[in-house]
Amino acid sequence: MASIVQIKDLKKSYKGGFEALKGVTLDIREGEILALLGPNGAGKTTLISTICGITTASSGSVTVGGHDIVRDYRAARSMIGLVPQEINLEPFERVINTVRFSRGLFGKSGDEAGLESILKKLSLWEKKDSQIRELSGGMKRRVLIAKALSHAPRVLFLDEPTAGVDVELRKDMWEIVAGLKQAGVTIILTTHYIEEAEAIADRVGVITKGELMLVEEKDKLMARMGQKELEVQLAETLDEVPKALQSDTLRLCDSKTALIYTYDARAERTGITSLLSAVAKEGLTLRDLVTRQSSLEEIFVNLVHEGDEPTDKEGAA
Amino acid sequence: MNWTAVRSIYIFEMARFFRTIAQSFLAPVISTSLYFVVFGAAIGSRIQEVDGVSYGAFIVPGLIMLTVITQSISNASFGIYFPKFIGTFFELLAAPISFLEIVLGYVGAAATKALIIGIIILVTAFFFVDFSIVHPMAMMLFLVLTAISFSLFGFILGIWAGNFEQLQIVPLLIVTPLVFLGGSFYSISMLPSVWQTVSMFNPVVYLISGFRWAFYDTADVPILTSLMAIGVFTGICLYVIWWIFRSGWRIRQ
Repeated sequence: MASIVQIKDLKKSYKGGFEALKGVTLDIREGEILALLGPNGAGKTTLISTICGITTASSGSVTVGGHDIVRDYRAARSMIGLVPQEINLEPFERVINTVRFSRGLFGKSGDEAGLESILKKLSLWEKKDSQIRELSGGMKRRVLIAKALSHAPRVLFLDEPTAGVDVELRKDMWEIVAGLKQAGVTIILTTHYIEEAEAIADRVGVITKGELMLVEEKDKLMARMGQKELEVQLAETLDEVPKALQSDTLRLCDSKTALIYTYDARAERTGITSLLSAVAKEGLTLRDLVTRQSSLEEIFVNLVHEGDEPTDKEGAA
Repeated sequence: MNWTAVRSIYIFEMARFFRTIAQSFLAPVISTSLYFVVFGAAIGSRIQEVDGVSYGAFIVPGLIMLTVITQSISNASFGIYFPKFIGTFFELLAAPISFLEIVLGYVGAAATKALIIGIIILVTAFFFVDFSIVHPMAMMLFLVLTAISFSLFGFILGIWAGNFEQLQIVPLLIVTPLVFLGGSFYSISMLPSVWQTVSMFNPVVYLISGFRWAFYDTADVPILTSLMAIGVFTGICLYVIWWIFRSGWRIRQ
Protein backbone atom coordinates (compact mmCIF):
# COMPACT_ATOMS: atom_id res chain seq x y z
CA MET A 1 0.00 0.00 0.00
CA ALA A 2 1.21 3.51 -0.83
CA SER A 3 2.04 5.73 2.07
CA ILE A 4 -0.02 8.88 2.47
CA VAL A 5 1.94 10.50 5.28
CA GLN A 6 5.71 10.36 5.33
CA ILE A 7 7.54 11.53 8.40
CA LYS A 8 11.32 11.79 8.19
CA ASP A 9 13.56 12.29 11.19
CA LEU A 10 11.14 14.71 12.82
CA LYS A 11 12.56 16.54 15.81
CA LYS A 12 10.98 19.05 18.10
CA SER A 13 12.58 20.75 21.04
CA TYR A 14 10.95 23.46 23.07
CA LYS A 15 12.57 26.52 24.56
CA GLY A 16 14.35 25.41 27.68
CA GLY A 17 15.72 22.39 25.87
CA PHE A 18 12.94 19.84 26.38
CA GLU A 19 13.04 17.42 23.47
CA ALA A 20 9.47 16.33 22.73
CA LEU A 21 10.38 14.43 19.56
CA LYS A 22 13.81 12.93 19.05
CA GLY A 23 13.83 12.06 15.39
CA VAL A 24 10.66 10.21 14.46
CA THR A 25 10.52 8.45 11.09
CA LEU A 26 7.25 6.87 10.08
CA ASP A 27 5.30 6.02 6.95
CA ILE A 28 1.55 5.92 7.33
CA ARG A 29 -0.19 3.84 4.71
CA GLU A 30 -3.21 5.01 2.83
CA GLY A 31 -6.43 3.61 4.25
CA GLU A 32 -5.00 2.09 7.41
CA ILE A 33 -5.84 2.66 11.04
CA LEU A 34 -2.66 3.35 12.94
CA ALA A 35 -2.78 3.44 16.71
CA LEU A 36 -0.05 5.36 18.48
CA LEU A 37 0.37 4.04 21.97
CA GLY A 38 2.35 5.74 24.65
CA PRO A 39 2.18 7.09 28.17
CA ASN A 40 1.23 10.69 28.92
CA GLY A 41 3.91 13.09 27.81
CA ALA A 42 5.46 10.62 25.37
CA GLY A 43 5.18 13.00 22.41
CA LYS A 44 2.04 11.64 20.75
CA THR A 45 0.23 14.97 20.72
CA THR A 46 3.36 16.86 19.71
CA LEU A 47 3.76 14.53 16.74
CA ILE A 48 0.17 15.10 15.64
CA SER A 49 0.32 18.84 16.28
CA THR A 50 3.42 19.13 14.15
CA ILE A 51 1.91 17.26 11.23
CA CYS A 52 -1.23 19.39 11.44
CA GLY A 53 0.62 22.72 11.58
CA ILE A 54 -0.11 23.69 15.16
CA THR A 55 3.52 23.50 16.22
CA THR A 56 6.58 23.88 14.03
CA ALA A 57 9.20 21.18 13.82
CA SER A 58 12.79 21.92 14.84
CA SER A 59 14.06 19.73 12.02
CA GLY A 60 13.00 16.91 9.76
CA SER A 61 10.20 16.82 7.22
CA VAL A 62 6.63 15.65 6.79
CA THR A 63 4.67 15.20 3.60
CA VAL A 64 0.95 14.53 3.35
CA GLY A 65 -0.19 13.12 0.03
CA GLY A 66 3.21 14.18 -1.32
CA HIS A 67 2.78 17.80 -0.18
CA ASP A 68 5.35 19.21 2.23
CA ILE A 69 3.58 20.53 5.32
CA VAL A 70 5.63 23.73 5.36
CA ARG A 71 6.28 24.65 1.74
CA ASP A 72 2.96 23.42 0.45
CA TYR A 73 0.90 23.84 3.61
CA ARG A 74 -2.38 24.63 1.92
CA ALA A 75 -2.46 21.41 -0.09
CA ALA A 76 -1.17 19.34 2.83
CA ARG A 77 -3.57 20.71 5.43
CA SER A 78 -6.54 20.46 3.06
CA MET A 79 -6.21 16.70 3.29
CA ILE A 80 -6.12 16.60 7.09
CA GLY A 81 -8.83 16.52 9.71
CA LEU A 82 -7.93 16.84 13.39
CA VAL A 83 -9.93 15.86 16.44
CA PRO A 84 -8.04 17.29 19.40
CA GLN A 85 -7.74 15.73 22.79
CA GLU A 86 -9.25 18.61 24.72
CA ILE A 87 -12.85 19.51 24.12
CA ASN A 88 -12.30 22.97 22.73
CA LEU A 89 -15.56 24.46 21.50
CA GLU A 90 -17.26 27.83 21.65
CA PRO A 91 -19.87 27.26 24.37
CA PHE A 92 -22.47 29.69 23.04
CA GLU A 93 -22.22 28.71 19.40
CA ARG A 94 -24.76 26.41 17.75
CA VAL A 95 -23.61 23.00 16.56
CA ILE A 96 -24.42 23.55 12.90
CA ASN A 97 -22.66 26.94 12.83
CA THR A 98 -19.39 25.67 14.23
CA VAL A 99 -19.41 22.81 11.73
CA ARG A 100 -20.12 25.24 8.88
CA PHE A 101 -17.31 27.45 10.16
CA SER A 102 -14.82 24.57 10.09
CA ARG A 103 -15.76 23.67 6.56
CA GLY A 104 -15.42 27.31 5.51
CA LEU A 105 -11.93 27.55 6.99
CA PHE A 106 -10.87 24.82 4.60
CA GLY A 107 -12.06 26.94 1.70
CA LYS A 108 -14.98 24.72 0.86
CA SER A 109 -18.29 26.27 -0.06
CA GLY A 110 -21.46 25.32 1.78
CA ASP A 111 -22.70 21.76 1.39
CA GLU A 112 -25.75 21.43 3.60
CA ALA A 113 -26.56 17.91 2.38
CA GLY A 114 -23.02 16.75 3.16
CA LEU A 115 -23.10 18.31 6.62
CA GLU A 116 -26.50 16.75 7.27
CA SER A 117 -25.20 13.29 6.47
CA ILE A 118 -22.17 13.79 8.73
CA LEU A 119 -24.32 15.03 11.61
CA LYS A 120 -26.78 12.17 11.14
CA LYS A 121 -24.00 9.62 11.12
CA LEU A 122 -22.77 11.03 14.41
CA SER A 123 -26.30 11.16 15.87
CA LEU A 124 -26.05 14.93 16.14
CA TRP A 125 -28.71 15.96 13.65
CA GLU A 126 -31.40 16.49 16.30
CA LYS A 127 -28.98 18.68 18.22
CA LYS A 128 -27.84 20.78 15.29
CA ASP A 129 -29.48 23.96 16.59
CA SER A 130 -28.48 23.42 20.22
CA GLN A 131 -25.84 25.55 21.83
CA ILE A 132 -22.67 23.59 22.50
CA ARG A 133 -22.86 24.22 26.26
CA GLU A 134 -26.16 22.31 26.36
CA LEU A 135 -24.52 19.12 25.11
CA SER A 136 -23.10 16.26 27.16
CA GLY A 137 -19.38 15.52 27.10
CA GLY A 138 -19.81 12.66 24.66
CA MET A 139 -21.90 14.80 22.34
CA LYS A 140 -19.25 17.52 22.40
CA ARG A 141 -16.66 14.99 21.33
CA ARG A 142 -18.92 14.06 18.43
CA VAL A 143 -19.14 17.73 17.48
CA LEU A 144 -15.34 17.83 17.34
CA ILE A 145 -15.41 14.84 15.01
CA ALA A 146 -18.11 16.44 12.86
CA LYS A 147 -15.99 19.58 12.57
CA ALA A 148 -12.94 17.55 11.57
CA LEU A 149 -14.95 15.64 8.96
CA SER A 150 -16.75 18.69 7.59
CA HIS A 151 -14.26 19.22 4.77
CA ALA A 152 -14.02 15.52 3.85
CA PRO A 153 -10.39 14.93 4.90
CA ARG A 154 -8.46 11.94 3.57
CA VAL A 155 -6.37 11.67 6.71
CA LEU A 156 -7.98 11.93 10.12
CA PHE A 157 -6.07 12.40 13.35
CA LEU A 158 -7.88 11.43 16.53
CA ASP A 159 -6.00 12.50 19.62
CA GLU A 160 -7.19 10.34 22.52
CA PRO A 161 -10.73 10.05 21.14
CA THR A 162 -11.97 7.93 24.01
CA ALA A 163 -10.22 9.51 26.97
CA GLY A 164 -12.78 9.97 29.71
CA VAL A 165 -15.53 8.40 27.65
CA ASP A 166 -17.80 5.66 29.01
CA VAL A 167 -17.74 2.12 27.68
CA GLU A 168 -20.87 2.50 25.58
CA LEU A 169 -19.64 5.61 23.85
CA ARG A 170 -16.22 4.09 23.33
CA LYS A 171 -17.82 1.27 21.35
CA ASP A 172 -19.76 3.87 19.35
CA MET A 173 -16.54 5.71 18.65
CA TRP A 174 -14.90 2.52 17.41
CA GLU A 175 -17.82 1.95 15.07
CA ILE A 176 -17.52 5.48 13.72
CA VAL A 177 -13.83 4.90 13.09
CA ALA A 178 -14.53 1.59 11.35
CA GLY A 179 -17.10 3.32 9.15
CA LEU A 180 -14.59 6.01 8.19
CA LYS A 181 -12.00 3.41 7.30
CA GLN A 182 -14.53 1.79 5.00
CA ALA A 183 -15.01 5.14 3.32
CA GLY A 184 -11.27 5.13 2.60
CA VAL A 185 -10.12 7.60 5.25
CA THR A 186 -6.69 6.99 6.75
CA ILE A 187 -6.93 7.19 10.52
CA ILE A 188 -4.24 7.87 13.06
CA LEU A 189 -5.35 7.71 16.64
CA THR A 190 -3.44 8.11 19.83
CA THR A 191 -4.46 6.27 22.91
CA HIS A 192 -3.11 4.89 26.09
CA TYR A 193 -5.70 2.15 26.16
CA ILE A 194 -4.09 -0.98 24.79
CA GLU A 195 -7.45 -2.64 24.32
CA GLU A 196 -8.41 0.18 22.02
CA ALA A 197 -5.41 -0.40 19.79
CA GLU A 198 -6.19 -4.12 19.84
CA ALA A 199 -9.81 -3.56 18.92
CA ILE A 200 -9.52 -1.28 15.93
CA ALA A 201 -5.97 -0.73 14.69
CA ASP A 202 -4.30 -2.29 11.67
CA ARG A 203 -0.89 -1.29 12.92
CA VAL A 204 0.37 -0.22 16.29
CA GLY A 205 3.16 2.23 16.97
CA VAL A 206 4.65 2.72 20.41
CA ILE A 207 6.01 6.14 21.34
CA THR A 208 7.85 6.93 24.49
CA LYS A 209 10.05 9.86 25.46
CA GLY A 210 9.82 11.31 21.98
CA GLU A 211 10.95 8.18 20.22
CA LEU A 212 9.05 5.72 18.11
CA MET A 213 10.05 2.42 19.67
CA LEU A 214 8.21 0.13 17.32
CA VAL A 215 5.66 0.03 14.54
CA GLU A 216 4.18 -3.32 13.77
CA GLU A 217 1.16 -5.03 12.30
CA LYS A 218 -1.24 -5.54 15.13
CA ASP A 219 -1.64 -9.22 14.18
CA LYS A 220 2.09 -9.80 14.54
CA LEU A 221 2.03 -8.14 17.90
CA MET A 222 -0.91 -10.30 18.86
CA ALA A 223 1.05 -13.37 17.78
CA ARG A 224 3.85 -12.25 20.08
CA MET A 225 1.24 -11.91 22.72
CA GLY A 226 0.25 -15.55 22.21
CA GLN A 227 3.73 -16.57 23.31
CA LYS A 228 4.11 -18.08 26.71
CA GLU A 229 7.11 -18.80 28.83
CA LEU A 230 7.64 -21.83 30.97
CA GLU A 231 10.13 -21.45 33.77
CA VAL A 232 11.59 -24.75 34.85
CA GLN A 233 13.09 -24.15 38.27
CA LEU A 234 15.87 -26.51 39.19
CA ALA A 235 17.37 -27.74 42.42
CA GLU A 236 20.91 -27.26 41.07
CA THR A 237 22.81 -24.35 39.54
CA LEU A 238 23.90 -24.67 35.91
CA ASP A 239 26.71 -22.95 34.03
CA GLU A 240 24.97 -23.29 30.69
CA VAL A 241 22.05 -25.01 29.03
CA PRO A 242 22.96 -28.75 28.82
CA LYS A 243 24.11 -29.66 25.30
CA ALA A 244 21.32 -32.14 24.67
CA LEU A 245 18.71 -29.46 25.46
CA GLN A 246 20.17 -26.55 23.50
CA SER A 247 17.70 -24.83 21.16
CA ASP A 248 16.57 -21.31 20.16
CA THR A 249 13.58 -21.50 22.43
CA LEU A 250 15.39 -22.41 25.60
CA ARG A 251 17.65 -20.23 27.69
CA LEU A 252 19.11 -20.11 31.12
CA CYS A 253 17.72 -17.50 33.48
CA ASP A 254 19.98 -14.93 35.11
CA SER A 255 20.16 -16.70 38.44
CA LYS A 256 21.25 -19.86 36.59
CA THR A 257 18.85 -21.95 38.60
CA ALA A 258 16.07 -22.16 36.03
CA LEU A 259 15.53 -22.84 32.36
CA ILE A 260 13.14 -20.62 30.44
CA TYR A 261 11.27 -22.16 27.55
CA THR A 262 9.35 -20.01 25.09
CA TYR A 263 6.46 -21.56 23.19
CA ASP A 264 3.28 -20.75 21.32
CA ALA A 265 0.35 -21.60 23.54
CA ARG A 266 -2.00 -21.72 20.58
CA ALA A 267 0.08 -24.25 18.62
CA GLU A 268 -1.03 -27.89 18.42
CA ARG A 269 2.21 -29.15 19.91
CA THR A 270 3.81 -26.96 22.51
CA GLY A 271 6.83 -29.18 23.01
CA ILE A 272 6.44 -29.09 26.79
CA THR A 273 6.21 -32.87 27.20
CA SER A 274 9.39 -33.53 25.24
CA LEU A 275 11.18 -30.73 27.09
CA LEU A 276 10.27 -32.15 30.49
CA SER A 277 11.27 -35.67 29.53
CA ALA A 278 14.58 -34.35 28.17
CA VAL A 279 15.16 -32.49 31.44
CA ALA A 280 14.49 -35.73 33.33
CA LYS A 281 16.85 -37.60 31.04
CA GLU A 282 19.63 -35.11 31.81
CA GLY A 283 19.19 -36.05 35.45
CA LEU A 284 18.13 -32.56 36.55
CA THR A 285 15.85 -32.23 39.59
CA LEU A 286 12.71 -30.14 39.14
CA ARG A 287 11.81 -27.80 41.96
CA ASP A 288 8.86 -26.00 40.46
CA LEU A 289 7.19 -24.97 37.21
CA VAL A 290 5.89 -21.47 36.43
CA THR A 291 4.18 -20.30 33.23
CA ARG A 292 3.86 -16.71 32.10
CA GLN A 293 1.98 -15.03 29.28
CA SER A 294 3.41 -11.92 27.67
CA SER A 295 0.65 -9.47 26.82
CA LEU A 296 0.69 -6.49 24.51
CA GLU A 297 0.58 -4.52 27.70
CA GLU A 298 3.74 -6.21 28.88
CA ILE A 299 5.50 -5.66 25.57
CA PHE A 300 4.43 -2.07 25.82
CA VAL A 301 5.54 -1.61 29.39
CA ASN A 302 8.87 -3.22 28.62
CA LEU A 303 9.44 -0.87 25.72
CA VAL A 304 8.36 2.17 27.64
CA HIS A 305 10.54 1.41 30.61
CA GLU A 306 13.57 0.21 28.72
CA GLY A 307 16.53 1.76 30.43
CA ASP A 308 14.41 3.11 33.26
CA GLU A 309 15.25 2.64 36.85
CA PRO A 310 12.95 -0.14 38.00
CA THR A 311 10.87 2.06 40.26
CA ASP A 312 7.18 2.80 39.90
CA LYS A 313 5.10 0.28 38.09
CA GLU A 314 2.01 2.42 38.21
CA GLY A 315 3.54 4.93 35.82
CA ALA A 316 3.35 2.34 33.08
CA ALA A 317 -0.27 2.82 32.11
CA MET B 1 -6.21 33.48 -1.42
CA ASN B 2 -8.73 31.41 0.50
CA TRP B 3 -11.60 33.92 0.38
CA THR B 4 -14.10 31.37 1.62
CA ALA B 5 -12.12 31.13 4.85
CA VAL B 6 -11.97 34.92 5.22
CA ARG B 7 -15.73 35.07 4.72
CA SER B 8 -16.29 32.23 7.20
CA ILE B 9 -14.29 33.97 9.92
CA TYR B 10 -16.02 37.27 9.16
CA ILE B 11 -19.51 35.77 9.30
CA PHE B 12 -18.71 33.77 12.44
CA GLU B 13 -17.43 36.89 14.21
CA MET B 14 -20.34 39.04 13.07
CA ALA B 15 -22.73 36.35 14.32
CA ARG B 16 -21.21 36.71 17.78
CA PHE B 17 -21.84 40.46 17.57
CA PHE B 18 -25.48 40.04 16.67
CA ARG B 19 -25.95 37.29 19.24
CA THR B 20 -24.83 39.63 22.00
CA ILE B 21 -26.57 42.60 20.46
CA ALA B 22 -27.62 44.18 23.75
CA GLN B 23 -24.13 44.18 25.17
CA SER B 24 -22.21 44.93 22.01
CA PHE B 25 -24.39 47.73 20.81
CA LEU B 26 -26.89 49.05 23.28
CA ALA B 27 -24.22 49.68 25.92
CA PRO B 28 -22.05 52.08 23.85
CA VAL B 29 -25.12 53.83 22.44
CA ILE B 30 -26.63 54.44 25.87
CA SER B 31 -23.38 55.63 27.44
CA THR B 32 -22.70 58.02 24.56
CA SER B 33 -26.25 59.31 24.67
CA LEU B 34 -25.64 60.15 28.32
CA TYR B 35 -22.62 62.23 27.29
CA PHE B 36 -24.80 64.11 24.83
CA VAL B 37 -27.46 64.74 27.43
CA VAL B 38 -25.06 65.85 30.16
CA PHE B 39 -22.37 67.71 28.20
CA GLY B 40 -24.35 68.62 25.13
CA ALA B 41 -27.70 69.72 26.49
CA ALA B 42 -27.31 70.32 30.24
CA ILE B 43 -23.79 71.75 30.74
CA GLY B 44 -23.13 72.54 27.09
CA SER B 45 -25.67 75.35 27.00
CA ARG B 46 -23.63 77.21 29.64
CA ILE B 47 -20.32 76.81 27.83
CA GLN B 48 -19.21 79.28 25.18
CA GLU B 49 -18.84 78.30 21.56
CA VAL B 50 -15.54 76.60 20.72
CA ASP B 51 -13.95 77.56 17.39
CA GLY B 52 -17.31 78.96 16.32
CA VAL B 53 -19.17 75.73 17.05
CA SER B 54 -21.66 75.24 19.90
CA TYR B 55 -20.19 73.04 22.64
CA GLY B 56 -22.80 70.32 22.17
CA ALA B 57 -21.90 70.02 18.49
CA PHE B 58 -18.18 70.41 19.22
CA ILE B 59 -17.99 67.20 21.22
CA VAL B 60 -19.87 65.04 18.68
CA PRO B 61 -16.83 64.07 16.53
CA GLY B 62 -14.72 63.40 19.61
CA LEU B 63 -17.36 61.18 21.18
CA ILE B 64 -17.81 59.18 17.99
CA MET B 65 -14.03 58.80 17.77
CA LEU B 66 -13.86 57.77 21.42
CA THR B 67 -16.41 55.03 20.83
CA VAL B 68 -14.99 53.83 17.52
CA ILE B 69 -11.48 53.62 18.96
CA THR B 70 -12.45 51.74 22.13
CA GLN B 71 -14.87 49.47 20.26
CA SER B 72 -12.32 48.63 17.56
CA ILE B 73 -9.74 47.70 20.16
CA SER B 74 -12.06 45.68 22.36
CA ASN B 75 -13.76 43.86 19.47
CA ALA B 76 -10.54 42.91 17.74
CA SER B 77 -8.61 41.99 20.87
CA PHE B 78 -11.46 39.92 22.27
CA GLY B 79 -12.17 38.34 18.86
CA ILE B 80 -8.70 36.83 18.60
CA TYR B 81 -8.08 36.33 22.32
CA PHE B 82 -11.27 34.33 22.89
CA PRO B 83 -10.28 31.40 20.60
CA LYS B 84 -6.92 31.37 22.36
CA PHE B 85 -8.62 31.35 25.75
CA ILE B 86 -11.10 28.55 25.04
CA GLY B 87 -8.64 26.60 22.90
CA THR B 88 -10.34 26.75 19.50
CA PHE B 89 -7.34 28.60 18.10
CA PHE B 90 -5.83 25.31 16.95
CA GLU B 91 -8.46 25.19 14.26
CA LEU B 92 -7.08 28.33 12.63
CA LEU B 93 -3.54 26.98 12.77
CA ALA B 94 -4.49 23.62 11.28
CA ALA B 95 -6.57 25.11 8.48
CA PRO B 96 -5.14 25.73 5.01
CA ILE B 97 -5.15 29.49 5.51
CA SER B 98 -2.45 32.12 5.69
CA PHE B 99 -2.12 34.67 8.47
CA LEU B 100 -3.18 37.38 6.06
CA GLU B 101 -6.54 35.64 5.76
CA ILE B 102 -6.87 35.33 9.54
CA VAL B 103 -6.16 39.05 9.94
CA LEU B 104 -8.58 40.02 7.17
CA GLY B 105 -11.36 37.97 8.74
CA TYR B 106 -10.91 39.09 12.35
CA VAL B 107 -9.86 42.70 11.76
CA GLY B 108 -12.50 43.10 9.06
CA ALA B 109 -15.23 41.94 11.42
CA ALA B 110 -13.96 44.05 14.33
CA ALA B 111 -13.72 47.18 12.17
CA THR B 112 -17.21 46.57 10.76
CA LYS B 113 -18.70 46.29 14.24
CA ALA B 114 -16.96 49.49 15.37
CA LEU B 115 -18.16 51.29 12.23
CA ILE B 116 -21.75 50.17 12.76
CA ILE B 117 -21.65 51.46 16.33
CA GLY B 118 -19.96 54.71 15.23
CA ILE B 119 -22.66 55.37 12.65
CA ILE B 120 -25.43 54.57 15.12
CA ILE B 121 -23.95 57.09 17.55
CA LEU B 122 -23.72 59.66 14.77
CA VAL B 123 -27.41 59.14 14.06
CA THR B 124 -28.21 59.27 17.78
CA ALA B 125 -26.35 62.58 18.04
CA PHE B 126 -28.78 64.17 15.61
CA PHE B 127 -31.55 63.62 18.16
CA PHE B 128 -29.74 65.59 20.86
CA VAL B 129 -27.61 68.18 19.11
CA ASP B 130 -27.99 70.50 16.15
CA PHE B 131 -25.04 70.08 13.76
CA SER B 132 -24.09 69.47 10.14
CA ILE B 133 -21.20 67.73 8.36
CA VAL B 134 -19.14 69.89 5.99
CA HIS B 135 -17.05 67.10 4.40
CA PRO B 136 -19.10 63.87 4.63
CA MET B 137 -16.75 61.84 2.42
CA ALA B 138 -13.70 62.82 4.46
CA MET B 139 -15.69 62.03 7.61
CA MET B 140 -16.40 58.49 6.37
CA LEU B 141 -12.78 58.05 5.29
CA PHE B 142 -11.54 59.03 8.75
CA LEU B 143 -14.05 56.76 10.41
CA VAL B 144 -13.08 53.77 8.27
CA LEU B 145 -9.34 54.38 8.65
CA THR B 146 -9.68 54.75 12.42
CA ALA B 147 -11.75 51.59 12.73
CA ILE B 148 -9.26 49.58 10.68
CA SER B 149 -6.10 50.90 12.32
CA PHE B 150 -7.36 50.46 15.88
CA SER B 151 -8.75 47.01 15.05
CA LEU B 152 -5.25 46.11 13.88
CA PHE B 153 -3.93 47.44 17.19
CA GLY B 154 -6.57 45.44 19.08
CA PHE B 155 -5.60 42.31 17.15
CA ILE B 156 -1.99 42.73 18.31
CA LEU B 157 -3.23 43.22 21.85
CA GLY B 158 -5.33 40.05 21.68
CA ILE B 159 -2.39 38.01 20.39
CA TRP B 160 -0.13 39.43 23.09
CA ALA B 161 -2.53 39.03 26.02
CA GLY B 162 -1.98 35.98 28.19
CA ASN B 163 -5.01 36.54 30.39
CA PHE B 164 -8.10 38.72 30.68
CA GLU B 165 -6.34 41.21 32.91
CA GLN B 166 -3.72 41.94 30.28
CA LEU B 167 -6.50 42.22 27.73
CA GLN B 168 -8.11 45.00 29.77
CA ILE B 169 -5.06 46.81 31.06
CA VAL B 170 -3.83 48.43 27.87
CA PRO B 171 -7.20 49.95 26.90
CA LEU B 172 -7.76 51.01 30.50
CA LEU B 173 -4.35 52.50 31.32
CA ILE B 174 -3.16 53.76 27.97
CA VAL B 175 -5.90 54.08 25.39
CA THR B 176 -8.69 55.65 27.47
CA PRO B 177 -6.43 58.41 28.89
CA LEU B 178 -5.00 59.15 25.46
CA VAL B 179 -8.48 59.43 23.99
CA PHE B 180 -9.83 61.59 26.82
CA LEU B 181 -6.79 63.85 26.63
CA GLY B 182 -6.93 63.83 22.85
CA GLY B 183 -9.31 66.77 22.64
CA SER B 184 -12.64 64.95 22.65
CA PHE B 185 -14.12 67.52 25.03
CA TYR B 186 -11.96 70.59 24.35
CA SER B 187 -9.84 72.25 21.72
CA ILE B 188 -6.10 71.85 22.19
CA SER B 189 -5.82 75.65 21.80
CA MET B 190 -7.69 76.01 25.10
CA LEU B 191 -4.75 74.44 26.99
CA PRO B 192 -1.72 76.23 28.49
CA SER B 193 1.12 76.20 25.95
CA VAL B 194 3.16 73.54 27.82
CA TRP B 195 0.26 71.13 27.66
CA GLN B 196 -0.33 72.01 24.03
CA THR B 197 3.19 70.79 23.33
CA VAL B 198 2.67 67.64 25.38
CA SER B 199 -0.58 66.97 23.52
CA MET B 200 1.28 66.93 20.22
CA PHE B 201 2.80 63.60 21.31
CA ASN B 202 -0.65 62.09 21.66
CA PRO B 203 -1.55 60.41 18.36
CA VAL B 204 -5.25 60.56 19.16
CA VAL B 205 -5.12 64.38 18.99
CA TYR B 206 -4.44 64.14 15.26
CA LEU B 207 -7.31 61.76 14.71
CA ILE B 208 -9.90 63.77 16.57
CA SER B 209 -8.68 66.99 15.04
CA GLY B 210 -8.92 65.54 11.54
CA PHE B 211 -12.32 64.08 12.24
CA ARG B 212 -13.59 67.38 13.61
CA TRP B 213 -12.27 69.13 10.52
CA ALA B 214 -14.47 66.82 8.43
CA PHE B 215 -17.46 67.97 10.46
CA TYR B 216 -16.88 71.71 10.94
CA ASP B 217 -13.89 72.68 8.82
CA THR B 218 -11.94 73.71 11.94
CA ALA B 219 -8.97 71.79 13.31
CA ASP B 220 -6.16 71.89 15.87
CA VAL B 221 -3.60 70.54 13.40
CA PRO B 222 -3.49 70.63 9.59
CA ILE B 223 -5.62 67.92 7.98
CA LEU B 224 -2.66 66.45 6.10
CA THR B 225 -0.80 66.00 9.36
CA SER B 226 -3.83 64.14 10.70
CA LEU B 227 -3.88 61.85 7.68
CA MET B 228 -0.17 61.22 8.00
CA ALA B 229 -0.52 60.39 11.69
CA ILE B 230 -3.17 57.78 11.05
CA GLY B 231 -1.15 56.44 8.11
CA VAL B 232 1.95 56.04 10.29
CA PHE B 233 -0.05 54.36 13.07
CA THR B 234 -1.63 51.90 10.61
CA GLY B 235 1.79 51.23 9.10
CA ILE B 236 3.29 50.43 12.51
CA CYS B 237 0.41 48.06 13.36
CA LEU B 238 0.71 46.30 9.99
CA TYR B 239 4.44 45.89 10.48
CA VAL B 240 4.01 44.44 13.99
CA ILE B 241 1.37 41.98 12.72
CA TRP B 242 3.59 40.97 9.83
CA TRP B 243 6.40 40.36 12.31
CA ILE B 244 4.15 38.38 14.69
CA PHE B 245 3.09 36.04 11.94
CA ARG B 246 6.57 35.65 10.54
CA SER B 247 8.01 34.74 13.90
CA GLY B 248 4.95 32.89 15.22
CA TRP B 249 5.24 34.96 18.42
CA ARG B 250 2.60 33.84 20.95
CA ILE B 251 0.93 31.81 18.21
CA ARG B 252 2.88 28.79 17.12
CA GLN B 253 5.38 27.05 19.35
